Amino acid sequence: MTTTTPGTAAGSTTAPGAVGTAHTRVEGRDKVTGTARYAGEIPFTELAHGWLVLSTIARGRIRSVDDTTVLAMPGVLTVLHHGNAPRVEGDFTSMIGVPPDPSALLFQHDRVPHVGWPVALVVAETSEQAREAAESLVVHYERETHDVAFRSDHRDDRTNLPTAGDEADVTDKGDMAAELAASPVVVDEEYTTPEEHHTTMEPHAVTARWEDGRLDVVDSNQGTTWVAGELTQLFSLDPASVRVRSEHVGGGFGSKRVRAHQVAAVMAASALERPVRVVLTRRQTFALGGYRSPTAQRLRLGAGTDGRLRALEHDSLNQTSTMDTFVEPSAGATRVMYDAEAHRTANRAVPLDVPTPTFMRAPGEAPGSFALESALDELAERCGIDPIELRVRNEPERGPVSGLPFGSRNLLACFREGAEQFGWAERDPRPGTRREGRWLLGTGTAGASFPSGAVPSTAALTAEPDGSFTTRIAAADIGTGARTALTLVTADALEVPPERVRVRIADSDFGPAMIAGGSMGTRSWAWAVTAAAGELRERLALNADIPPEGITVRSDTTEAIGGLSAKERHSFGAQFAEVAVDTGSGEVRVRRMLGVFAAGRIVNPLTARSQFLGGMTWGLSMALHEEATRDENTGGLVGGDLAGYHIASHADVPSMEAHWVDDPDPDDPVGIKGIGEVGIVGAAAAVANAVWHATGVRHRDLPIRPDRVLSAADGREA
Amino acid sequence: MAPSSSSAVTLRINGETHTLTVDHRTTLLDALRERLDMTGSKKGCDHGQCGACTVLLDGRRTVSCLQLAVAAEGREITTIEGVADGEQLHPVQQAFLERDGYQCGYCTPGQICSAVAMLAEHEAGWPSAVTGDVRPEAAPPPLSDEEIRERMSGNLCRCGAYVSIVRAVSQAAGTETKAANASGVEARDTEARV
Repeated sequence: MTTTTPGTAAGSTTAPGAVGTAHTRVEGRDKVTGTARYAGEIPFTELAHGWLVLSTIARGRIRSVDDTTVLAMPGVLTVLHHGNAPRVEGDFTSMIGVPPDPSALLFQHDRVPHVGWPVALVVAETSEQAREAAESLVVHYERETHDVAFRSDHRDDRTNLPTAGDEADVTDKGDMAAELAASPVVVDEEYTTPEEHHTTMEPHAVTARWEDGRLDVVDSNQGTTWVAGELTQLFSLDPASVRVRSEHVGGGFGSKRVRAHQVAAVMAASALERPVRVVLTRRQTFALGGYRSPTAQRLRLGAGTDGRLRALEHDSLNQTSTMDTFVEPSAGATRVMYDAEAHRTANRAVPLDVPTPTFMRAPGEAPGSFALESALDELAERCGIDPIELRVRNEPERGPVSGLPFGSRNLLACFREGAEQFGWAERDPRPGTRREGRWLLGTGTAGASFPSGAVPSTAALTAEPDGSFTTRIAAADIGTGARTALTLVTADALEVPPERVRVRIADSDFGPAMIAGGSMGTRSWAWAVTAAAGELRERLALNADIPPEGITVRSDTTEAIGGLSAKERHSFGAQFAEVAVDTGSGEVRVRRMLGVFAAGRIVNPLTARSQFLGGMTWGLSMALHEEATRDENTGGLVGGDLAGYHIASHADVPSMEAHWVDDPDPDDPVGIKGIGEVGIVGAAAAVANAVWHATGVRHRDLPIRPDRVLSAADGREA
Repeated sequence: MAPSSSSAVTLRINGETHTLTVDHRTTLLDALRERLDMTGSKKGCDHGQCGACTVLLDGRRTVSCLQLAVAAEGREITTIEGVADGEQLHPVQQAFLERDGYQCGYCTPGQICSAVAMLAEHEAGWPSAVTGDVRPEAAPPPLSDEEIRERMSGNLCRCGAYVSIVRAVSQAAGTETKAANASGVEARDTEARV
């Protein structure tokens, strides 16, 4: 039976219901039995296999592609390259306000802008045939001198670049020189983070075909609306003639958008008039999947002996490609976390002959918080003040740059709760004084923040004749638990048990919706679902009879979200870490980590905890393991695969806990803020600060490799 | 295609016999995924670096991307599709579900196959790199979290679900530690409805 009783006020955190109660994933059984099918696993008759050929030079032009021999090889159907590919249209911005990734403008010219640039696609009957032919394809190049060496003093940097969020790239207030000169305590240090890669466990995969006059794309991506929109623009198609689906996605972290492989598959499917699948190899994902730029960040802090900041400057430089400017907004965190009389932040980028970097879990905040929260720890040390007390003394009342009030800011509650659970009060602040056998022990802490936002989305809710309900929304579940969260949100909004709700996602035919990105997916989608549920309940209250096709209502949150007042809206958190450092071998082991977060209302505690722990695991991995190294001679990566690029494994991840404090967003219908990214923020700084506490040596360059620990122990620079 | 580049092979998979003709270059993983429509085994790297393609060969865990299909003839192959007993999930699968031992799910079949074989290895008394007493006559070491982490380290998970995977494996092994159960807020909050 359909219930039609009016519900409790939206946003109430006390309403009993499904939201706030732990639920296992609705697709969980499919995932543990191997029946959940990912993009490259859905069968199509007449399927052909495409294999991309990537450039071996870092800069120059293609002289010729010798495809004659390859076309004669067994099973080969076609070879696409700049000499025969159709034109695509690249002059547009997508739904999230950014231009297409340069690699999507595939086979449009003979220029080679980096090692691993796609120069051809070989299509064959089987993947083995396609691979052998692709590896046999001879491409002649005209090689030019390249520059892939990222340095903090690189001359050719471009300043005042707009960032993705239209945020001013430089913010500046007060007299920096005067405040620094008047500060009895000054910290002036440079911090660096290396090139880092997403390495989703599922490599990018797509199948494209033409079906009944429509382009039908089965893809692994973070937003079907986004991908359908970009393919529509690139190929100048009617929006109604493009359908993109992405049922299960094996990780995204910012890398799964339109890139070369989807464009290649569409080109080939059009040329051959049959379905074509293109799957990136693991090594290809390192060239074509995007990455987080290395950063060089200078922090200048001036404070009184009481630790109160008078001057705060955060200047960040990252690398971008010669094709497009991607700014890693590392100084953004400083615009939110702390204030000072003189306050300056800048994000700059320098173009090199490298692939275009992109969003990667907590873009800006992840590397930025390492620098900022390490510098705060150094200031605490020099002032002789506890690091948490230092943050208490520098807690701003309003946005340091914007001057806007905070929606809610429970950073100090996170530190208080975390300090109690971690046992911070018993900490001896002196570094290098605790030893357990060959291990030096230390603890560290750091603050975290990440913006909370909502983007207009649409949803359709159907009351079915059998008393069940179906939610349709072009959401994406990239491992976040979105499908389950939206089931709980729908259930509560309709006041029915979740068992009567079926949520269908990841189909662009469901109408426009936000991507899984920017920690804004679940909030944006839940808003649309809640709005539709309200109207559906009104409809059901008027009409008890449900026709065979059900009763469907649609929502669009454009107006509601447009009416939000301007505020500083963020999730916050406090990170704690205990490490053991062997100064004989240089090994650093994290012994335990604790994160306490103020991140809005928690929809599903079971999966939310996984999100937070996942982010913290990324932070540990960033602190100790991850580093992609470019060979200056070839311009390519050294060991661009999962053996050469180290991410944390089971044995690296110790006891780790994530908790949260009550922090519902009063301006969100469900109280959600967003939790996907804040878990990584500050985690690497907490580990680095703990390494200082253990050893007495500051590590300002990530990752904290054994050789760096050994150099530090020898008295050389870390 | 020249006749010498392919062969007919008979594979025993999850108790069933499959006969097919494969290109000699075909790995066991590709034979499963592309030829037999058994896509539960995942391709994460194709180089034996990530563990997502882990299957059991005669009960031993193996990365199927480094195994040619023609070389798997005569072996008992168990994939994720064969781990459950009909509709009844294997205790490891059930524990992954309850403990949220996954996020995107792509490494999950490999993690589960690996855990099933790992528990058998442990029961058979095999030591690991963190085992204290490795004498042949020593009893199997207690299956501590540290032992589980060490033994599962061939299976990468980029979502960072390790903490919950260890909890799940521990639960399935029936050796869940008291500490793991008693972690305050998190245990209260995450008591899941299944």
